[in-house]
Amino acid sequence: MQILSFFQGLLSSLLTSLGELAILAWETICSIARGRVRVWLTLRQIAEIGFGSQLVVVVTGAFTGAVFTAQAYFQFASLNMETAVGPVVALSMFRELGPALTGLMVAGRVGAAMTAEIGTMKVTQQIDALRALAVNPVDYLVVPRALAMFISMPLLVVECVGLGVLASYYVGVHVLNINGVYFFANVQKWTEGSDIMMSLIKGFVFGGLIVFISCREGLRAKDGAVGVGRATTATVVTSSLAILIANFFLTMALNILFPAGQR
Amino acid sequence: MNEPLIHVQDLVQRIGSQDILRGLTLDLFPGETLVLLGKSGGGKSVFLRHLIGLMPPVSGSIVFEGQEITKLGERELESVRRKIGMLFQDGALFDSMNVFDNVAFPLRERGERNPAVVREKVAQSLAMVNMAGHDQKMPVNLSGGMRKRVALARAIISPPDVILYDEPTAGLDPIVSDSINRLIRRLQREIRVTSLVVTHDLISCNHIADRVALLDGGRIHFLGTLSELRETRDPVVRDFVDGRSGETVY
Ligand SMILES: Nc1ncnc2c1ncn2[C@@H]1O[C@H](COP(=O)(O)OP(=O)(O)OP(=O)(O)O)[C@@H](O)[C@H]1O
Ligand SMILES: [Mg+2]
Repeated sequence: MQILSFFQGLLSSLLTSLGELAILAWETICSIARGRVRVWLTLRQIAEIGFGSQLVVVVTGAFTGAVFTAQAYFQFASLNMETAVGPVVALSMFRELGPALTGLMVAGRVGAAMTAEIGTMKVTQQIDALRALAVNPVDYLVVPRALAMFISMPLLVVECVGLGVLASYYVGVHVLNINGVYFFANVQKWTEGSDIMMSLIKGFVFGGLIVFISCREGLRAKDGAVGVGRATTATVVTSSLAILIANFFLTMALNILFPAGQR
Repeated sequence: MNEPLIHVQDLVQRIGSQDILRGLTLDLFPGETLVLLGKSGGGKSVFLRHLIGLMPPVSGSIVFEGQEITKLGERELESVRRKIGMLFQDGALFDSMNVFDNVAFPLRERGERNPAVVREKVAQSLAMVNMAGHDQKMPVNLSGGMRKRVALARAIISPPDVILYDEPTAGLDPIVSDSINRLIRRLQREIRVTSLVVTHDLISCNHIADRVALLDGGRIHFLGTLSELRETRDPVVRDFVDGRSGETVY
């Protein structure tokens, strides 16, 4: 009986969170549609989210590409298929690793900071002060962050993937002695516009997940500093899991739109 | 008297199992300064939050300018909030902005783009609370009393019709307290601001009050003018005004 009610509680809290997320996203879209956009704040957030996350994302992409190349090479070399390394790495980076890794890194770096900032404002009554001054917290806090995220995430994903492929080329050709011309030709032959579309779409969706999860956690923070800490942890955990889960469903759905390996 | 500007009827608020307001009824008339006294933890700050819709009551009604505001949504409340300013008990300054930007915030949010105008108004507002020259400091680096005064400057920079002050003089020295009292009076006289002032400071109360209300047990226990306050024989009011705790020391 207790177990049943435990799962019931879990399910209802999951549904509540999903509902609240949807409401927040809807309110954000409405206020963007009404033109309640603060350009200056949005630019500042782009600098913070997009520009500031580059190092982390680029390093992640590069080293993932490099290590993936090495492993793929060790396996393929025994089959004399070294030149397949390039497209395998490139496709996986575009379709899966690039968006997911970028999402996870940004969730840790940006999502946590957003929750901590908004949560602190909440528990110190600064959100109430905003409301008292007739400024809607969604307009003022969520909209600039959401816009910045929607603009930055696809670009960050592209950077991550690009650096991953470059690192792969470098490791493959210069360290592992794969034929550079073949490597390049194969990458070009096997990657197409749809792979790039897929990584952009995923980046966009993950950006949305991160920003709405972080803002919601921040806006409902309570119980002082401990509460803010708790909310920050919840953001990193929830948005990471959400990214990994959404990634699976996106892959399945997008594969219908852009089938893989149809050449 | 004429129509009340804010009419509060039977306001009830309960948080968890604690009854904070139990049927509070109060009228605020245009142009007056009403001082609200009451025990610490008695629900005065909670009551103020209801008046600008930061908290929905469990039951009861609040009518502002003929409009029931307890049922309004967040966006619909914006027009009400533009007319009612609030000084939070602990200031609630934006800690990511310096003093200047905090005070300029309401102006900029209301569409004032000319930097010269903003600068002049902020300087005026800060001067009114004796805070000139501190405009580049960050809120965390201010003392408690300074923070309160900056918050006051922010609340009055584009003067609303009604200002709710939550303990404007708490933690201030007597001289600054006096200048805040004069400021409240001056706003009332010059731009006919209606004020509701929560305070424990009876000197300030004597200075600024047109009427005094005492909140006790979640209701308005006493409501009257200053001279009625002085003369009443009601034991709850007397204990409060004369500062008797009613405890016996053994
Ligand atoms: N968000 C909240 N959650 C739970 N209880 C609350 C909350 N806000 C206020 N309370 C409770 O409501 C009661 C009244 O609080 P309030 O801040 O209104 O007191 P006050 O009259 O302003 O006191 P003071 O003069 O010390 O400022 C207190 O017992 C407080 O614990
Ligand atoms: Mg209080």
